[in-house]
Amino acid sequence: MAEVKPKPKLNKKAVEMAKQEPKVRAKNFSEVALGYTEAEAQEEASRCLCCPNPLCRTGCPVDVPIPTFVKAIKEKKYAEGIAAIKTKNALPAVCGRVCPQEVQCQNKCVVGKMGDPISIGRLERFLADWERDNGSQLPPKAPDTGKRVAVIGAGPAGLTVAADLVKLGHKITMFEALHVGGGVLSYGIPEFRLPKAIVQGEVNYVQKLGVDLRLGNLVGRIHTIPELMKNGYDAVFIGSGAGLPQFTGCPGENLGGIYSANEFLIRVNLMKAYLFPEYDTPIRLGKKVVVIGGGNVAMDCARSSMRLGSEVCLLYRRSRDELPARHEEIENAEEEGLVCKFLAAPVEFYGDDKGWIKAMKVIAMELTEPDAKGRRGVKEVPGSEFTMDVDTVIIAIGQTPNPIIQSTTGGLVSDPKRGTITVNEVGKTSLDGVYAGGDVATGAATVISAMGAGKRAAKAMHEYLTNKE
Amino acid sequence: MCITKKGSSCGGDCKTYKIVSKKELVPNIKLFEVDAPDVAAQSHAGQFIIVIHGKTGERIPLTICGYNAAKGTVSFAFHEVGKTTKDLGMLNQGEFIDNVTGPLGNPSEIKNFGKLLCVGGSVMIAPLLLQAKAMKEAGNKVTTVLGARTKEFIMMENEAKALSEKVYVATDDGTKGYKGLDFLKELLKTEKFDRCVVMGPVILMKDISAITKPYNIPTVVTLTPIMIDGMGMCGVCRVTVDGKMKFGCVDGPEFDGHKTDFEELIIRQRTMLPEERLSSVLSEMNGGCKCGRSKA
Repeated sequence: MAEVKPKPKLNKKAVEMAKQEPKVRAKNFSEVALGYTEAEAQEEASRCLCCPNPLCRTGCPVDVPIPTFVKAIKEKKYAEGIAAIKTKNALPAVCGRVCPQEVQCQNKCVVGKMGDPISIGRLERFLADWERDNGSQLPPKAPDTGKRVAVIGAGPAGLTVAADLVKLGHKITMFEALHVGGGVLSYGIPEFRLPKAIVQGEVNYVQKLGVDLRLGNLVGRIHTIPELMKNGYDAVFIGSGAGLPQFTGCPGENLGGIYSANEFLIRVNLMKAYLFPEYDTPIRLGKKVVVIGGGNVAMDCARSSMRLGSEVCLLYRRSRDELPARHEEIENAEEEGLVCKFLAAPVEFYGDDKGWIKAMKVIAMELTEPDAKGRRGVKEVPGSEFTMDVDTVIIAIGQTPNPIIQSTTGGLVSDPKRGTITVNEVGKTSLDGVYAGGDVATGAATVISAMGAGKRAAKAMHEYLTNKE
Repeated sequence: MCITKKGSSCGGDCKTYKIVSKKELVPNIKLFEVDAPDVAAQSHAGQFIIVIHGKTGERIPLTICGYNAAKGTVSFAFHEVGKTTKDLGMLNQGEFIDNVTGPLGNPSEIKNFGKLLCVGGSVMIAPLLLQAKAMKEAGNKVTTVLGARTKEFIMMENEAKALSEKVYVATDDGTKGYKGLDFLKELLKTEKFDRCVVMGPVILMKDISAITKPYNIPTVVTLTPIMIDGMGMCGVCRVTVDGKMKFGCVDGPEFDGHKTDFEELIIRQRTMLPEERLSSVLSEMNGGCKCGRSKA
């Protein structure tokens, strides 16, 4: 009688990924999460059931063949694994780090119904990092179609469109307004969450595919979209993001020491002010920093400020349950010493005799009953104002799209209230051959949703270009 | 050297941003003419560019003071006040700047207003004269006032004379021309102007705006708040004009001098002063620019 193999028991616990200790990492800008070792990746991949009908993939906005790459890790075929990811996603090292997998692929994972879902993000990161260490291979490219495409913005949406279309044989010129590629990955997300060398690696990969990247080139001021179309571009993709900071409108907002989240993050990330004076761009933070807002950008500002040596208090007008930031980021931030003040909003900022912020008036808020959509509003609690001492304020209450392109492109329909460019489900704008996606079309959202929009637009643009005479 | 040779942008083919000429206008104020065809083709008086050089360098906003679309060049003048501008000033003719982004901001409104009073201070005299020239070509009669701290910093007087009906010179210490700006108060009693354009230090723009206000002379000031990206992203350049928040980079850089909150602007310009000083001092201690070249 044949020996019956015992059925392998499902390991309900995911393999933890090592992180820097909170006390240590709260004082440096090195990456917090350290990544899986090969053995850890093997162990985690082996938990995957290899479902015949995998649901994880349906949770991925860019349709990464997740079961294929997890299986490749099990079999130690890492090159095959990363190649499988890159058929759908040109930026795996970024996505493995900053995607909210807990509400996407991992949320659908069958193993997750019995225990921890498979750590798909960590495994993706493992493969991307393996490739960085072992050299990348370029995918095959279709023959030249003779069609030219202008991609505006070298952020997540633009890089995705450029990578997809260049592989299909189109000639791509990517215009980036800043002096560095990557968009929000470079200027927005801090080094400790997404090292800039990794971002540069992904940008370089897209260039190696054959994309011509032009830095310091603000479309709308140098060339307008009508000019680009006249100069021989067959199609244009607008992925210019949401770069316009919003302010509170409270009195005293122009005092010294009050930064928009964008200013703070551009100084710290893009211009590397945390390395001042080795780098020329400074940042000046007081002992007590208040960050206003509750999204991922607010968390990035708070965690960066703590690393620069300040005590940080987060002021959010709703309660903990409504915080829009990723749960993991909130947890990390609190471990590092973040204090949160919920149901509180700014009223006024007060300056000292030199025009620098010294205190702010805050009012308590309360949640109102859910509206028809189930979303709870907030209202001020009358008479609840109080004053707190503070020497720096960072306003992280959202960004809207930069209006330069909308205002220089005749006939381009946009939402006057939100500033977003109006598109259909595949990213087509009101102008023939002009597509848009990412934050410029949706308002500020996630890296992966911008990449998903880029994917859909690239597919539609390819069809458009193929049918175009 | 072009950043893109070693970096990634153009694979090393990029030949733009070469310094085709370099001049010292007055001590510590340099004029560069740079090869930047894309920028030159779209530039207009009143706009600015952002210059960035070196891996650790800042983004420096500088007002355009000349452009030649046919030749593909753009010119800008800068005052070597801090570390970054001093580093930039050490580059020589024939060398490359890493990146020149622009043109940014809105062009000046150029049309025939009639009689125009143009007031320029220090390094901003250079871009002022670009605008004054365009204004003259549009049919205006131009009177120019050149101001500086002391006589050795009065620059481009001949260029000003060539396009103006009359040129006045004023210095803070009276070493050349009038001492201070009080003479303008007298001048305005007898001469009528239809418009005034001021470019220079904030204090000059503030004072001139105060002088022209009683006469209701529309006064346009070019604000130079602290900027980083220069395209509407960071909001550090926010200024209050007519009680509303405006961004110097995308709403300006030109605003109504009679409605600008100069006091706030002065405070906002000083917010990074201690850091700027530290950077400058450290750089001096290290013998200037880290590029290893001796000073030109």
